[in-house]
Amino acid sequence: MTPIIFDRFALRRHRDRAAAHLDEVKPVLLDVALRLLDRLDDTTRSFSRALDVGGRGVVAPLLQARGIATVSTDLSPAMAACAGGVAIAADEERLPFAPASFDLIIANLSLHGVNDLPGAMIQLRQALMPDGLFLAALPALGTLAELRNALTEAESELVSGASPRVAPFPDLHDAAALLQRAGFALPVVDLENISLLYSTPFALLRDLRHAGEANATQLRSRRTPHRALFPAALARMRGADGSMRVTLRLAMLTGWAPGPGQPQPLRPGSAQTSLAEALGGPLSPQ
Amino acid sequence: MADPAPIDPRLLEILVCPVTRGPLEYDRAAGELISRTAGLAYPIRDGIPIMLAEEARVLAET
Repeated sequence: MTPIIFDRFALRRHRDRAAAHLDEVKPVLLDVALRLLDRLDDTTRSFSRALDVGGRGVVAPLLQARGIATVSTDLSPAMAACAGGVAIAADEERLPFAPASFDLIIANLSLHGVNDLPGAMIQLRQALMPDGLFLAALPALGTLAELRNALTEAESELVSGASPRVAPFPDLHDAAALLQRAGFALPVVDLENISLLYSTPFALLRDLRHAGEANATQLRSRRTPHRALFPAALARMRGADGSMRVTLRLAMLTGWAPGPGQPQPLRPGSAQTSLAEALGGPLSPQ
Repeated sequence: MADPAPIDPRLLEILVCPVTRGPLEYDRAAGELISRTAGLAYPIRDGIPIMLAEEARVLAET
């Protein structure tokens, strides 16, 4: 049984509401999408049928500009309607696609609210044709750490206890393990740090809401927070000039659906040359 | 009631039931995608298939 970390109904409500405000957060989403899609230029393959998972209106237009027919899904029908591709409302945990439907899948900042991430990634791999490419930007541990720490400290001082207010994010090596576990070939994970500078802490909270990223953790406190909580937490985050910096620490995932013609590792013990020779000297026994 | 917006024909080739992964029938008049294997009819709203089990209509037993 998959642990329920995220309240998917809350997530959908947040994304439904955010659909009308996407323009305000487009610069951040677009910045990440451009970094992710840069990886398309590193391959000689061309793609013709893409799936955009939760692209929030920035991914599908970029793919279409490359001449790639794009289907866009979102948990929220309202968000799917603004995504820019041929729209479908779908749950990442239960994808409605026949095997081998796409040769490219892009998940730009859209898999961090999924409870069964291994299951979702296996389904995504199955929706790819052999030798199809999967690219995802996944917020990793350290993302919004400033906000998480400030809220936790302020809340434990005010009410002697803290409830989760920032979602848990996977660590970088978890992301690599996920790709392997989901059966992707040639898995690569690299890190992109994006620093955002806000003029006021409240602008950060507004942006998170407008991106549909309000707190959707299952264990979140349902009570109205102590009225001093946010002022106290946000005051901790202010720099000397009143502005505040937050970090997005993004795991950029690359994986290929296994296919013929991909480089394969040699069988252990099949080498014809000894490593010692290649290194130009005898290996000293340990 | 106005005719429901038609679905993009390219989608019919790739969509399956998210619950059973079985095939779907397109009911153009009702604007629904029907999964006999799951006993569910997924609505199509404004041309967007809503492939969410919690929004699907449960088919009557026949």
